[in-house]
Amino acid sequence: MKILYFAWLRERIGLSEEDVDIPPEVTTISALTDFLSARSPAHTRAFADRRAIKTALDQRFVPPDTLLEGAREIAFFPPFTGG
Amino acid sequence: MTDRSMPRIVVTTEDIDVGAELAALEAGAGAVASFVGVVRGEAGGRRLTSLILEHYPAMTEASLAEIAKTAANRWQLTGCTIIHRVGELTPGARIVLAAAASAHRADALAATAFLIDWLKTDAPFWKRENFADGTSHWVSARDEDQEARNRW
Repeated sequence: MKILYFAWLRERIGLSEEDVDIPPEVTTISALTDFLSARSPAHTRAFADRRAIKTALDQRFVPPDTLLEGAREIAFFPPFTGG
Repeated sequence: MTDRSMPRIVVTTEDIDVGAELAALEAGAGAVASFVGVVRGEAGGRRLTSLILEHYPAMTEASLAEIAKTAANRWQLTGCTIIHRVGELTPGARIVLAAAASAHRADALAATAFLIDWLKTDAPFWKRENFADGTSHWVSARDEDQEARNRW
């Protein structure tokens, strides 16, 4: 699965994207966040404040309990600050 | 929208020609309203040297189009334009243009305010401020922006 990071998440993890094999027991956005945060100390630091992180599944904003089934691209980012 | 099936949505590194964009909305309209966002020279009392605008390319235009569609469903519009710049911008540079055209001013003005309020919370852009003292930080989302969005 393609994982994307934006803004300070990208900087803290040191990657804008990575391809990750997701184990079958990881079925929700929330479980995926736990799984990714264990990948490296940088990931752990980046994901430390879960409330400050939003998620999009295949370019649609989704809540943490959303199922991953069939997803191709998951993006993690802080709340938007454009305009 | 009566005479335009699609809103004009642009994400660009180039400057925005506000005059030309607004003139293009005049056809068939009785009122054109607009909002232009400009990079300030300071933030929190510190001098700003530049602003970096990051975005999520695969999601950005669709998000802006969705916001424009919502506006078109709520007000009688003859046209609607959202242009947002990305990349590095210096103080005085235009960041965003949101504009709406209608037969009468009330719909054009309300739709314009709606477009910019929703853009701030619902479109995938992030700002990083670079200061004259060499420091730099990501702008935090503001509760007031969420409240402004939710009033519509």
